[in-house]
Amino acid sequence: MAAVPADWRDYLRLLKPRVMSLVVFTALTGLVCAGAPMNPALAAIAILCIAVGAGASGALNMWYDADIDAVMKRTRGRPVPAGRVRATDALTMGVVLSLFSVTLMGLAVNLLAAGLLAFTIFFYAVVYTMWLKRSTPQNIVIGGLAGALPPAVGWAAASGTAPWNAWLLVAIIFVWTPAHFWALSLSTGEDYAKAGVPMMPVVRGPDSTRRQILAYSLLLAPLAVVPAFTGLGGAVYLAIAALGGVVFVALAIRLLLAKADMEKKARGLFGFSILYLFGLFAALLGEHLAGLAPLALLR
Amino acid sequence: MSDPKSEQPAWAKARRGRNILLAIGLVAFVIVVFIATLARLGGNVATHGF
Repeated sequence: MAAVPADWRDYLRLLKPRVMSLVVFTALTGLVCAGAPMNPALAAIAILCIAVGAGASGALNMWYDADIDAVMKRTRGRPVPAGRVRATDALTMGVVLSLFSVTLMGLAVNLLAAGLLAFTIFFYAVVYTMWLKRSTPQNIVIGGLAGALPPAVGWAAASGTAPWNAWLLVAIIFVWTPAHFWALSLSTGEDYAKAGVPMMPVVRGPDSTRRQILAYSLLLAPLAVVPAFTGLGGAVYLAIAALGGVVFVALAIRLLLAKADMEKKARGLFGFSILYLFGLFAALLGEHLAGLAPLALLR
Repeated sequence: MSDPKSEQPAWAKARRGRNILLAIGLVAFVIVVFIATLARLGGNVATHGF
């Protein structure tokens, strides 16, 4: 038993509130971009279910990964490895919150949104955490789908459908994830090596990782502009996507060519990647809430 | 046999805090279900012919 008893903050930490806030933000963008009229109370409940579902995934991840978290500097203070919360309590919390969030989404909103939410939780907790994370350097590439799905869940909650534009938002986050995570793991590579997690910089080395970061950046920059051509994004979105994409690729090239201060440049790209994704989704959200007409350049 | 640590005031206080949080969570869930029911039924009742 730990020296200090757990309080409510430890249980909140199990839900990974920072990850949850990004999930809520992208899901809200999907919900608003769907453009379907929705009862505000049901919209709030849908977002609540998505937030709780994301928190449940976090708790399940902390339950299963407690052994890894205990070894890594960045995560050893988490409630389970620190001994403040029992692993079985984290598991119980994760399972109960998963059931509550999916059931409520199905009963109050619709079955498609509930199904997508259940799949997202399953993919993060089982496919990524239990299987991919410890077995392949492609762990965050494939596992990134879990973090990419919330806009589709939000879109489905509002409209009961998941059209191409919803999956376009999913694709943007999916392609953004490897560059974002590998930039982070370039500066914490030793931590992952110590824990035996086969992150790309540990398995293939920093040079290969930097090349792959650039490859994903080159894929992401044009992909992020596409919503301006499909009736989703407007002029503000197009400007942010185009300018941000150029900066993203430039930072990836700077990282690739770095002879010194590689970790500092990796952290720079990591920081910008968050700002860039936030900018893209904030632009879409702002344009749709303000009723600004999308460009629809191909229509 | 109970763990002597769990009988200490700090632990008892923490346990009480967790129980209160759990109770608040359950009440919040009931309220959310109630609101969801009103929101869903409201539209259907309004369009229902008598």
